[in-house]
Amino acid sequence: MRAPGLRVLRWFLLPVVLIGVWWAASAGGSNFFLPTPDAVARAFGPTWTPATLRADVLPSVVRLLVGFGLAGVLGVAAGVAIGLSPGLRAYTEPVLEFLRAVPPPVLIPVVMLFAGIDDTMKITVIVLGCVWPVLLNTVEGVRAVDPVLGEVCRAYRITGVTRLRTLVLRGASPQIMTGLRQALAIAIILMVISEMFAASSGLGFTIVQFQRSYAIPEMWTGIILLGLLGVVLAGLFGLAERAVLRWYFGLRRAARDGGS
Amino acid sequence: MTALLEISGLRKAYGDHEAIRNISVELADGELVCLVGPSGCGKTTLLKCAAGLMRPSSGTVTLGGSPVTAPPADLAVVFQEYGRSLFPWLTVRGNVELPLKEKKVGRAERARLIDEALDAVGLADRGDAHPWQLSGGMQQRVAIARAVAYQPSVLLMDEPFAAVDAQTRADLEDLIRSIWQRFGVTILFVTHDIDEAVYLGERVVVLSAAPTVVQESLAVDLPSQRDQLTTRADPRFTELRAHVYAEIQAAKKRVPTS
Repeated sequence: MRAPGLRVLRWFLLPVVLIGVWWAASAGGSNFFLPTPDAVARAFGPTWTPATLRADVLPSVVRLLVGFGLAGVLGVAAGVAIGLSPGLRAYTEPVLEFLRAVPPPVLIPVVMLFAGIDDTMKITVIVLGCVWPVLLNTVEGVRAVDPVLGEVCRAYRITGVTRLRTLVLRGASPQIMTGLRQALAIAIILMVISEMFAASSGLGFTIVQFQRSYAIPEMWTGIILLGLLGVVLAGLFGLAERAVLRWYFGLRRAARDGGS
Repeated sequence: MTALLEISGLRKAYGDHEAIRNISVELADGELVCLVGPSGCGKTTLLKCAAGLMRPSSGTVTLGGSPVTAPPADLAVVFQEYGRSLFPWLTVRGNVELPLKEKKVGRAERARLIDEALDAVGLADRGDAHPWQLSGGMQQRVAIARAVAYQPSVLLMDEPFAAVDAQTRADLEDLIRSIWQRFGVTILFVTHDIDEAVYLGERVVVLSAAPTVVQESLAVDLPSQRDQLTTRADPRFTELRAHVYAEIQAAKKRVPTS
């Protein structure tokens, strides 16, 4: 069951099959827009040199991380404030549900009017799209903090910043991480779309350029690079999550094993 | 002797429902008093009022002469829900340390207090574990260590052993006696268990059913060194136990009159 060989097989079986299907479909070269996997693989090296990675991928990643980070800070801050205050919640909740329901890409033309087409616009779009899942999940998390622990804090006179850090933020951290995970997925989408609208650099911009100049294998390499970027970011996020929520996974495991 | 903790004329009503009609209890410095009463008689409500976590509808609570309107600095509480009263994201040491940090106790002194408290509850070697890695009884020991390390003059305990198994419970009862003797802290211990109240207390206060009044305050004249075998076999223990039991039965049947 747990033989390492089988694990490797499980990992790679489907990718190999998919590439095989791609190969079969594209063999013979009859379709110009669907190059063979080996043509795409050959184009990958020359297309994504250290220079182009620095010129096109790095700005995208920086915008993504800045936007995601800002959305995280804003979402958690506003979420904690709203989660702690029933009054504030009553006033803001309907509006938040509406804002969350607006598909974020629709904001791009609007934000362009205000913020132009430079980095500010792209980061603003990412922030506006990412902040809602973080905010709403934080509100839920703060509300779900165990009232018994709240009473413990009162009894032992734990107040102010310590209470916020030790009780509220840690207590809400499972939901905060859920919100951040959703936000990360949205951030990648918005990064690409905002660059497709208007940009002079970036992954989205480059992919559109390749498509317009009929550099089809190069276009495909860009899509694959995006997928890899997503996998790497999700992996890093998973590592961070495991570190932050070690207690939570342990607690759940203990509860499942029928501990105390 | 003046009272350290004084609950006087305490009344608590929720809307039209009168949970506690009139309770007055005094604890002298260093006393161990058990409050016992039928279920639903407002024991937890009383304890929360005494801890400053809840405002009574009328009546007063004073600790060391000053009125309690918010949780006082020299009072600690052990809650009934041991599984929920510890911070699962902190280690055992972290849980004990948190109130001390907030109280601005210096690092070296903190370490000393934590070591002493964990040693007193028999968890000296589990400081780096997380609460969820411990059994229920051990978790309640951590909560007791947190309370002890806080160096309160009064320790309030709200049915702390209601949810642990019988053997663990016996161990924890002996632990409370030893903590009381070692640290000289004043303890108000709330329970619904008559045996536990008589076994632990130097005095047992029997409460009536709601709307609650004090039915009787009974001195427990058992030797101060108690153990599960000989104390529980002591004829005096049986007598006191039977007496309190009869009081509680009477309390349940009593038709409240103003």
